[in-house]
Amino acid sequence: MSPRGLQVLSREVPPELQVRMGVTAAVVLVAFGLLGIRLWYLQVDKGAEMRLMSEQNRIRLVRVPAARGVVYDRHGEILVDNRPSFDVVFVPEDARRDRNQVLSTLARYLGEEEPALRQDARAGSKRPPYQGIVLRRDLDWAGVVALETHQLDLPGISLQVGPRRFYPYGPLAAHLLGYVGEVSQRELEHAGDETPYRSGDLVGKAGLERAFDEELRGESGGEQVEVDALGRRMRVIDHVPDVAGHTLWLTLDRDLQDVAERALGDRDGAIAAIDPRNGEILVMVSKPAFDPNTFARGIRREEWRGLMQDPKHPLNNRATQGQYPPGSTFKVAVAAGIAEEKIGGPNPGVHCSGGIPFGNHFFRCWKPGGHGGVDLHWAVVESCDVFFYTYGQKLGVDGIAEYARRLGLGLPTGVALENEKTGLIPDSEWKQRRFKQPWFPGETLSVAIGQGYVTATPLQMANLAATLANGGTRYRPRYVKRIEAADGSVRAVPEPEVMGEARLGKATLDKVRGAMRDVVMSERGTGKKARVLGTDVAGKTGTAQVVKLGESRERSNKGALKTRDHAWFIAYAPVDEPEIAVAAIVEHAGGGGGAIAAPLVHDILAHYFDRTQGPSPLPPTQEAHVDAD
Amino acid sequence: MRIDRRLIAHFEWQLPILALAIVGLGTVCVYSASREPGMEGLPPLVMRQLTWLAAGCVGMLLAVTFDYRRVDRSAWGIYAVVLLMILAVPFVGRVAGGSRRWIGVGPVSIQPSELMKVGLALILAHIFGRTRAVGLTLWDTVIPLVVMAVPAAAVLAQPDLGTAALLGVLAVTMLALGGVRLRWLLLLGSPGILMAPILWERLKDYQQKRILTFLNPDLDPLGSGYHVIQSKIAVGSGMIWGKGFLQGTQNHLDFLPEQHTDFIFSVFAEEWGFVGACTLLGLYLMLLLRMVVIAARTRDRFGVLLTLAIGAIFFWQVTVNVGMTTGVLPVVGVPLPLFSYGGSSLFSLLIGIGLVMNVSMRRNLF
Repeated sequence: MSPRGLQVLSREVPPELQVRMGVTAAVVLVAFGLLGIRLWYLQVDKGAEMRLMSEQNRIRLVRVPAARGVVYDRHGEILVDNRPSFDVVFVPEDARRDRNQVLSTLARYLGEEEPALRQDARAGSKRPPYQGIVLRRDLDWAGVVALETHQLDLPGISLQVGPRRFYPYGPLAAHLLGYVGEVSQRELEHAGDETPYRSGDLVGKAGLERAFDEELRGESGGEQVEVDALGRRMRVIDHVPDVAGHTLWLTLDRDLQDVAERALGDRDGAIAAIDPRNGEILVMVSKPAFDPNTFARGIRREEWRGLMQDPKHPLNNRATQGQYPPGSTFKVAVAAGIAEEKIGGPNPGVHCSGGIPFGNHFFRCWKPGGHGGVDLHWAVVESCDVFFYTYGQKLGVDGIAEYARRLGLGLPTGVALENEKTGLIPDSEWKQRRFKQPWFPGETLSVAIGQGYVTATPLQMANLAATLANGGTRYRPRYVKRIEAADGSVRAVPEPEVMGEARLGKATLDKVRGAMRDVVMSERGTGKKARVLGTDVAGKTGTAQVVKLGESRERSNKGALKTRDHAWFIAYAPVDEPEIAVAAIVEHAGGGGGAIAAPLVHDILAHYFDRTQGPSPLPPTQEAHVDAD
Repeated sequence: MRIDRRLIAHFEWQLPILALAIVGLGTVCVYSASREPGMEGLPPLVMRQLTWLAAGCVGMLLAVTFDYRRVDRSAWGIYAVVLLMILAVPFVGRVAGGSRRWIGVGPVSIQPSELMKVGLALILAHIFGRTRAVGLTLWDTVIPLVVMAVPAAAVLAQPDLGTAALLGVLAVTMLALGGVRLRWLLLLGSPGILMAPILWERLKDYQQKRILTFLNPDLDPLGSGYHVIQSKIAVGSGMIWGKGFLQGTQNHLDFLPEQHTDFIFSVFAEEWGFVGACTLLGLYLMLLLRMVVIAARTRDRFGVLLTLAIGAIFFWQVTVNVGMTTGVLPVVGVPLPLFSYGGSSLFSLLIGIGLVMNVSMRRNLF
């Protein structure tokens, strides 16, 4: 950089630097002198006072968890609320050396086993000893009285009043609402350091409690509390108020949900109802269900094990996670493909004699004697398998897959619920990838009637009906209409969100929708039981085989429950300006979709239209609808 | 390697003895701060600290073996390596306690920002060793300030306000010692004050809160204000003789935050009292004054400035840390040098001590 000579010259220490060093030494001495004075002040001057404060140092920080947000249905009925609960809190530090003594006394007052209590008390041993461990949540009144009376025998034990999640209708819409639980160690670690949660906090674990946890959570406050030698609160020195979570207004209709749950009764299955105009979910049923209140009060080990080991998996939301073969309800998608691609000309037809041979197999129609001559309209109305074998084969598996996907099958609906399943729409590429085998033409026949590899979730099928109903727009199903802060100010109003377009021509839509209407409204339709007074309904039945794919179309309704068919029905109404689209499935129903599932949809639609239009005095005008022949 | 006999005759004994005395007290205190009741053997933190101490002693002795002017010549290279490590932290760093500050090398975590403290001392001594000795103007401050600002900005983003502030203070100290005129220093300060609102916006919530709380502890009696109150109680309750080793209730009942790093002085003052705290401060004072003496006897500008820069790291960290734990300065995360738990800090400071020893031993060789 610089010539060597200059460098040597500049290396000399100038006298000014010597002066600066003197100043430096002085600064150091003064600074240390000041620190020494400060130490004298704290340790000698104020020492005795500070010593006393440290001995009595029982000022603690107590977090006050915020009340989670309240959830209303679309008409303002409370679906999720909070109520006060008394929790037993144990502060090991305050119990001092009598910890075991205290716990056994507590066990006696609560009428519980001591080892279980002791185990729960140990679970929190990683925390600082002054931090409370919640031993029991939601104590009953007798327990509260016992503990209040015997406070002096129980150093370190205190009662804490906190908000408890409350689901007034128990299992109603349990899967949509979800449940809360204590945040797990794994969740805490996964969330990293930015997480607002502390161990012991409640967090949404499923359903909307989980999906909207951030909105519902609120901000916990804090209290600086002085406690006495037994850990009892003497006074609150200071506090930061908590901020309650946001209020959610759902699109769900509580009454309609109730009707749907009653209609399904104690059978297993799922129902979803959507407003085709915007994707708002009106009903979401999954059975068997569970009671989220069990989780809110702190689920017991046996209860949890029971739920986990139940072969019916009651915690699964069948509406979004149940992947069923759609059976004949799938025919509307295939029919849309046949019509749009003009397979077999403008008006394809077959003669159904009860089945067709293909390869080595004979593929049967569900109707043993056959349907005789049918075109696309009547093939849908009467659910003729032979028609769909014939033209599904011509459309090809990839063509079928294309139209199924346009209607949203095989794709996530995008609903804000955890672990949504997509179902499966097979095509030749998938077969190659999955099994390293080419697609066999015979497999297309099964696919054409919604069997084989095809599966779909009830929510997807409801959305399919909604998409056809509104002319081809596929909305993201959603269940939150409005989010309000606790003070009532509106925070968010989710807009309808378009996920895709079916891109079906008007002629195709007219054909498919006309056929779906006659499924319900014509005398020859398979879904007549879905009719309601005063409103035209369109739909499609389905009876999905569970066990064996292939040529035998014999109904297996008498065998063991597991091998019985699923009954499907999808529908929308009113036909002209659809407001509601429904899909219902009854697992292992022991009957066809028209007999078992259509009446469920009838109940829902009847209630819906009673409510919106009032009961119609007119009898069903059946003659008017047979003209489509 | 040529070891001059005169080197052995002039071996610098005082600095390493003072430094090891401080490390020894610090390790005992880390033990007290990290021991859990009912624990057998040494806590893992103490084991790690001892391992780093061994590595640091080796580094310190190695730093003595060669002529320190070689460090002068490779100053830019050393600075560049440490800077690259700091800049790599956002991409490969490990997160702990809300900050991404560490780089993992096999089983060890290195905190490059700690190495930068010594690295910056080195490069600033190098720069000011080559400028005019007096009457430096604004223009002469550009390179030193850039050299400080780049790593400081990266460290601030980690976020680590304490270390970033220390780098800034170190640079300003070196500007003053290097001979920049007072009026220019004041002029430099003024845009800093004007920039304050912008910097303020860049600070994390908790950093803003700490500063606000210092200005007015009542603002946050539950958060950082609480910690200052508890720390003052801990220090004060030690009284003259302390509560005794492992007897600090503030420490063992977890009333103190960051007991083994930023608030370790509170633990020490609680257990060893005014006598212990003054002994510790006395050790630091002797260390610093020894450095000033070494600087005053050295006839080579780089050597003088390097010694003073290393001394400045110690001075600022001790005053800021003790000031913070006794409630006279805001809570910024600055550890107590050689005393707090922290391998990278211990290691790099011991090397810094080694370099000053090197200067001391060779002051008469040329």
